[in-house]
Amino acid sequence: MISDPATSHPAAVLEPGADDDQLLRVSLGPQHPSTHGVFRMNVVLDGETVVSLKPVFGYLHRNHEKIAEGTSYLGSMPYTDRLDYICPLSNNWAYAHAVEKLAGIEVPERAEYMRVIVAELTRLINHTAFAGFILGDMGAWGSALMYAFRERELILDLFEDLTGARMMANFMRFGGCRNDLPAGWAAKVGKLVDDYGPFLDEMEKFLVGNEILLARTRDVGALPKEVLVNGGITGPMLRAAGVNYDIRKVEPYGIYERFNFRIPLGETGDCYDRIMIRFLEMRESLKILRQALDQLPDGPFINPKAKLRNFKPPPGEAYARIEGPKGELGFHLISDGSTNPYRYRVRPPSFINLTLLEDMCLGLDLADVVIILGSVDIVLGEVDR
Amino acid sequence: MSVDPEAILKRLQEALPGAAIVLRTNPSPSGQHSLLVAGANLIEICRFLRDTPDLAFDFLSNVTGVDWPDPAKADKAAVPAAGEGTPASEGFLEVLYHLYSISRRVGPLVLRARTQDRGDNAKIPSVVSVFRSAEFQEREIFDLYGVEFTGHPDLRRILMWDEYVDHPMRKDYVAPDDYEYEPTPHAAVLDQAQRHYPGTP
Repeated sequence: MISDPATSHPAAVLEPGADDDQLLRVSLGPQHPSTHGVFRMNVVLDGETVVSLKPVFGYLHRNHEKIAEGTSYLGSMPYTDRLDYICPLSNNWAYAHAVEKLAGIEVPERAEYMRVIVAELTRLINHTAFAGFILGDMGAWGSALMYAFRERELILDLFEDLTGARMMANFMRFGGCRNDLPAGWAAKVGKLVDDYGPFLDEMEKFLVGNEILLARTRDVGALPKEVLVNGGITGPMLRAAGVNYDIRKVEPYGIYERFNFRIPLGETGDCYDRIMIRFLEMRESLKILRQALDQLPDGPFINPKAKLRNFKPPPGEAYARIEGPKGELGFHLISDGSTNPYRYRVRPPSFINLTLLEDMCLGLDLADVVIILGSVDIVLGEVDR
Repeated sequence: MSVDPEAILKRLQEALPGAAIVLRTNPSPSGQHSLLVAGANLIEICRFLRDTPDLAFDFLSNVTGVDWPDPAKADKAAVPAAGEGTPASEGFLEVLYHLYSISRRVGPLVLRARTQDRGDNAKIPSVVSVFRSAEFQEREIFDLYGVEFTGHPDLRRILMWDEYVDHPMRKDYVAPDDYEYEPTPHAAVLDQAQRHYPGTP
């Protein structure tokens, strides 16, 4: 038990300027397949052991927040797709949710169901791709990712039918969604949901009990619960350590309180738990999808009173968050009553989940760093913004 | 579940009688009122909120920096409670903290702290010693707004490169006009390039 988690700062096993010619300084990245984008880690090694690790990012920085201050509220909606480009529809929802809170806009029931359906499909995409990536990080080049992307593509086809774009959806509006479901779309989702269980069984068979995977992930990268909470870690990373905190349950946004689903929890919080928790979450997402498709009501897909052009929320501020596939995705908006936000802040889960990367890696081998970074599940579009 | 900032304000005033804390009402439908605290008291307030068992705000979710070159605007966006709060005479930078309690499942409690000005005295104590999650977020605000977080263990630029000198999120930041390269320039880009490099065709 740590009395004050914040003071567990690894201020260093090693001083940065330590004069020790036995140490090896490695700059891992920014162009490296295991860094999932343009991300760099300045690692100091004693033999194979990590004694210091400093993440370096910003290679993809385009000052998203400043650009958003220069355009209208709706003008930022397509740009949120580019934050976490694996899960654009979750980003859309988080932003729409924040603006709805800021301006007090009601969302019709059908739109809420549509949002839940696309958000849970997005969670399936994210966690499936994650499974492919993490196996790639362990040296299973190609095949695992190919199986994962085969299934992802089926969901992206559905998104293309719905929004016109595989990934850059720009689908949600303040007070609802941009367009209604195309004819027969819900039935196609139902078919996909039925087929997804067998795929998960198959994929899990590759993972559970796989000797290489167990050797690489068991007891790697675990931290105490108190440290994770204090470090702002959210999402599957936090729940893998056994902290029961899912915003869909804690602060049910949209209509999540209507669905019957459970929050899977891990025990130790090591990389193995982080992988398996994502599989369990996918099964819960399938449950939510089945219920949402059964209950899907008729009605308007956008609030008819919602104003799209010359939209001016009243002065004030709002912070709203959703349970994104990677963790807590929040938007903080400050309005001065004009058409553009005075301040637009994204609370990106990938960025903040990296805070404790060094703590997780210290004392382990360089090869473990790759697995730990993979298990954090970052997307650089969101980290750098 | 939302929190009642007035009740927490009373608790804070009882526990820390010397601390200057003002309730700021949020006029937006979101109803997220905030507590404006003096920078000098920020750390003890955070520590009290985290360590008091029946408050237990153990999770600092978000840290936002805001630039207010015109202080009148800041008062428009968040009005002070009746008769309280002194209007600032010059512009300032503000940092907002969104606190949640994971064990009690409540939040957000919004704290805000202001710097004296936007120049040399743009300083706020770092809360990293209480909440590790502020580490990268404070570095980001230091980088993009120029708030110096005193006591931060590793205060460096995080998104911009180390040699960079300006703070691009400030309202009076002027973007350089020669970074935009286009193989077939539009008229606007071409005009801009000609202004920057006089004499080019």
